[in-house]
Amino acid sequence: MSDAIAAMALGSARGRAWRRFRRHPLAIAGAAVLALLTLAALCAPLVEAGLGIDANQVNLLARFAPPSAEAWLGRDELGRDVFVRLLYGGQVSLLVGVVTALVAASIGTCIGLFAGFRGGIADAILMRFTDSIIALPLLPLLIVLAALDLIKLGVPDAIAQSEQISLYRIVIIVALAGWTTSARLVRGAALTLRERDFVAAGRAQGASSARIMFVHILPNLMSPIVVATTLSAGKIILMESVLSFLGLGIQPPTSSWGNMLTNAQQMIQSNPELALYPGALIFLTVIAFNFIGDGLQDALDPKA
Amino acid sequence: MSRFFLDRLLQSVLVLAAMSFLIYWLIGLMPGDPIDLMISADPRLTPEDAKRLRALFGLDRSITERYIAWVTGALGGDLGFSRLYAKPVLDVMIPALGNTALLMGSSFLLALLIALPAGIVAAVKQYSRVDYAINFTAFAGISLPSFWLALLMIAIFSVWLGVLPAGGLPEIAGGGWWEGLRYLALPIATVTLVTIGDYIRYMRAEMIQTLRHDYIRTAYAKGASPTRVVLVHALRNALIPVVTIMALDFGFLFSGALTVEIIFSYPGMGKLIFDAIMGNDFNLALIALLFATALTLIGNLLADLAYGWLDPRIELK
Repeated sequence: MSDAIAAMALGSARGRAWRRFRRHPLAIAGAAVLALLTLAALCAPLVEAGLGIDANQVNLLARFAPPSAEAWLGRDELGRDVFVRLLYGGQVSLLVGVVTALVAASIGTCIGLFAGFRGGIADAILMRFTDSIIALPLLPLLIVLAALDLIKLGVPDAIAQSEQISLYRIVIIVALAGWTTSARLVRGAALTLRERDFVAAGRAQGASSARIMFVHILPNLMSPIVVATTLSAGKIILMESVLSFLGLGIQPPTSSWGNMLTNAQQMIQSNPELALYPGALIFLTVIAFNFIGDGLQDALDPKA
Repeated sequence: MSRFFLDRLLQSVLVLAAMSFLIYWLIGLMPGDPIDLMISADPRLTPEDAKRLRALFGLDRSITERYIAWVTGALGGDLGFSRLYAKPVLDVMIPALGNTALLMGSSFLLALLIALPAGIVAAVKQYSRVDYAINFTAFAGISLPSFWLALLMIAIFSVWLGVLPAGGLPEIAGGGWWEGLRYLALPIATVTLVTIGDYIRYMRAEMIQTLRHDYIRTAYAKGASPTRVVLVHALRNALIPVVTIMALDFGFLFSGALTVEIIFSYPGMGKLIFDAIMGNDFNLALIALLFATALTLIGNLLADLAYGWLDPRIELK
């Protein structure tokens, strides 16, 4: 019986959040744009097969070819199809953004939960550590991390030279820098929640600390975590694009919106449109994430 | 100075010390090796020579020993030579610091002049069309990739309209302050546009919170004009967190415009750090990175101080 009531309460809470979210036209537009971009990016292999081309196939005879029936947005400096490369680049950028945001949020949540729940010395040390990370010049340090020689770090050659390594590497580097926001957020909330009666009740029933943290406290923190993760996805996509633009992120021939802009500066006189498309897509994706995050913040805020 | 501040100062010094070791270690993990570079510059060197050079420069010793030797030298004022510029590191870094201070200082002031009034207006007219327009602009600013905006600026103002130079610094071109301004215009505009969004949103959010307080209603009840209530009663309190966040950005300013500096070939700290890392200039990269870290930490300390100074109620324990 009480379960049914709880389910109804939960249902209505969700319903209320959804009703509030719907009131944000920009958040809805953001969700629609992201859905569309994701769908388009997933269709990349189909489009590639449909047009009968290879996205990474260099064709020096067709450099800078204008848009045509077979190359809808023309061809780049190596004669590759710009449209298909944009779709594949979208796969990379969206994947890196979402996966890294989730990894960073998980690290931050664990650290914040532990610090807030334990309190005392553990809390003091972890939060000092977090503050110190926040007080570092992020971009130059990320560049150093991205430029490291993995073999000198002791990573086996087979892994260090594999094709996917730039993808894993960027996820790890950016996640290492991105967990601090959620750690502080979760720690602050856990600090107040641990004094609540339901935690004492859980303890009285003999629940372990881990169970109290993850089963009793964590679900109460989901709203702020979801909002922070959504907003951080935008920032992470920007960071990935900067690193890839500088030649330190996703490595060609794999395309990402960032590395498609690496050579754009030299071509800005002759082919400014090649600089326009990838940047516009980064902008569109990031602003979509930000609008959704803003809408969620309003929708999930119990005080509003 | 309170105990709180001394505590924070000590913490910053510790972080800087830890970072100096970490950065020293990371720089050693970069591709390339100083002796390999010498060998590639002089093919007559034999493996025995290389070994001797390694011993001579202490490269055969452990990382801790090398680090301690380096720190002792650095603290005694020996920061080493830059490989790329063939000059003492400080001689390379000081002009770059000046250039970055000029670029970031002017962008910061410009951003404040636009963002603070915009944030206040948006808060006072919450949910009006003006508010939506300002909010949308702020979101657009936050979401713009700075390097792409820089490319667009060049495409529009240098290539298409042909009115502003695409990069560099006026010293190369000669000419007075007007010429200098022409060279600074695009980098400043780019940095301003990408930083303005956050400032507008902070100012707006704080102002909305502040305007809900009882003392605001009291001020209205006493007959104070709306302008006076907003600009005198509310603004001072709303500014506290905003100033703190801006002080936090202070250090970021010295390295944050990295991509903008690279695209406009602006000889500042960001470009210097990037070129040093990419060009295997280990000494320069090390010192420049540590300098950027130290400045960021100082920015944080200033933020703590500003917080207590603006709001005497906050007792910094």
